Amino acid sequence: MVSALIPLIGLMICGAVIALETKDLLSGIISLGIIGFALTIVFLILQAPDLAIVQIIIETLTLIILIAAVLKTTIKDSIESLKARKVILWVAGLVCVAAFIFASLKAFADISAFGSPVLRMAEYYLSNGVTGTGAVNLVAAIILDFRAYDTLGEATVLFTSVAGVVAVLRKKGRT
Amino acid sequence: MIEYILAVVLFAIGLYGVIVKRNLIKIIIGLMIMEYAVNLFLALIGYRSGGAPPIVEVGKNQIFVDPLPQALVLTAIVIGLGTTALLVSFAVRIFEKYDTFDVHKIRKLRG
Amino acid sequence: MQGMSLIVKKISQIMAPSIFILGMYVVAHGHLTPGGGFAGGVLIAGCFTLLILAYGSSKERSLVFKEKASLIESGGIFLFLFIALLGLIQGTLFFVNIFSRSNPGVPGALFSSGIIPLCNIAIGVEVAAALFAIFITFAIMRFGEKL
Repeated sequence: MVSALIPLIGLMICGAVIALETKDLLSGIISLGIIGFALTIVFLILQAPDLAIVQIIIETLTLIILIAAVLKTTIKDSIESLKARKVILWVAGLVCVAAFIFASLKAFADISAFGSPVLRMAEYYLSNGVTGTGAVNLVAAIILDFRAYDTLGEATVLFTSVAGVVAVLRKKGRT
Repeated sequence: MIEYILAVVLFAIGLYGVIVKRNLIKIIIGLMIMEYAVNLFLALIGYRSGGAPPIVEVGKNQIFVDPLPQALVLTAIVIGLGTTALLVSFAVRIFEKYDTFDVHKIRKLRG
Repeated sequence: MQGMSLIVKKISQIMAPSIFILGMYVVAHGHLTPGGGFAGGVLIAGCFTLLILAYGSSKERSLVFKEKASLIESGGIFLFLFIALLGLIQGTLFFVNIFSRSNPGVPGALFSSGIIPLCNIAIGVEVAAALFAIFITFAIMRFGEKL
């Protein structure tokens, strides 16, 4: 099962390149869907069924929102840029990407290999999760008991973003 | 290790999109690619070979994958939709005002 | 926004109740099976989104939906905060799992693990209403209407 990870992540990379390089915004958004749905299968392979359930529906809703926004404005990406500015942008992008990849390759020297993680904090959760909280789903035990503050912050962020969307897109009160 | 490197490559593609692209929707797509890459990386880090999903069956001795990154990613996915919707609504309002998605043509924002 | 054809309407009429029941099941059994408040909440929001997309909705009804969704979302987050404050009311700490100490229950039973099922319900209500509010706001958005 795990051997299917590398083709799937390769598919995600192909989808990302197509989504960024296509001239049609609608095609780009649909290519973005490739990444999300492939990520769902990756979560299933990585033994995370909670994440797979959430990801597949969030991906669908994201595509609906993006397609609604693009169909109501424009789907053309007809932007011609000056040559000099294009060169500067390319150089800046390449420098940033190269610096990031270099730094992360340096950081990989300290990470344990794939398949054998360092379980310093998780040992406590795995051994005391059921006796401490009574929930057999350890993910629920973590997000709602051990780290409930995190979930409260998340609920606040979601509430704030919904308030922002409703305030920005409303009809009344605009000048 | 090759999985980690591929996840970093995915993040780098999103970073390239954010820096180089000039269309607002393309910039949002780049941000979403970066978000996917981070979620993928966190889920990869918690995987233990031969591990079961972190649902305990009482009385059995099992090996589980790390539940902590899954708990972090679970909240991050839902936040991602909220922030994406906020960005898209800003982009739609900007298009309504300036009639373009090109960030270089939106000059009226300059002071 | 307009609805779709008769086939889509009929299929979504059959599918939507099952999706809703599945979402409620996932929320209620969040401490026993994969899922929880987030997964069940997005399932319920997806059910309502499917119905709106298939059947369409007039602008006035969509505005009413938006108001109600915002109200229910605020109610969900207040419920979550209230459950968190129960610990302070009892005299212990914020967010402490109060029922789990006095009566822990059998691990694996539906009524077990203290406040975790209650928190799941609150989170499910909040997430479902929030995502539906986002969707309906984008659905009633009309580009270029200068009001």
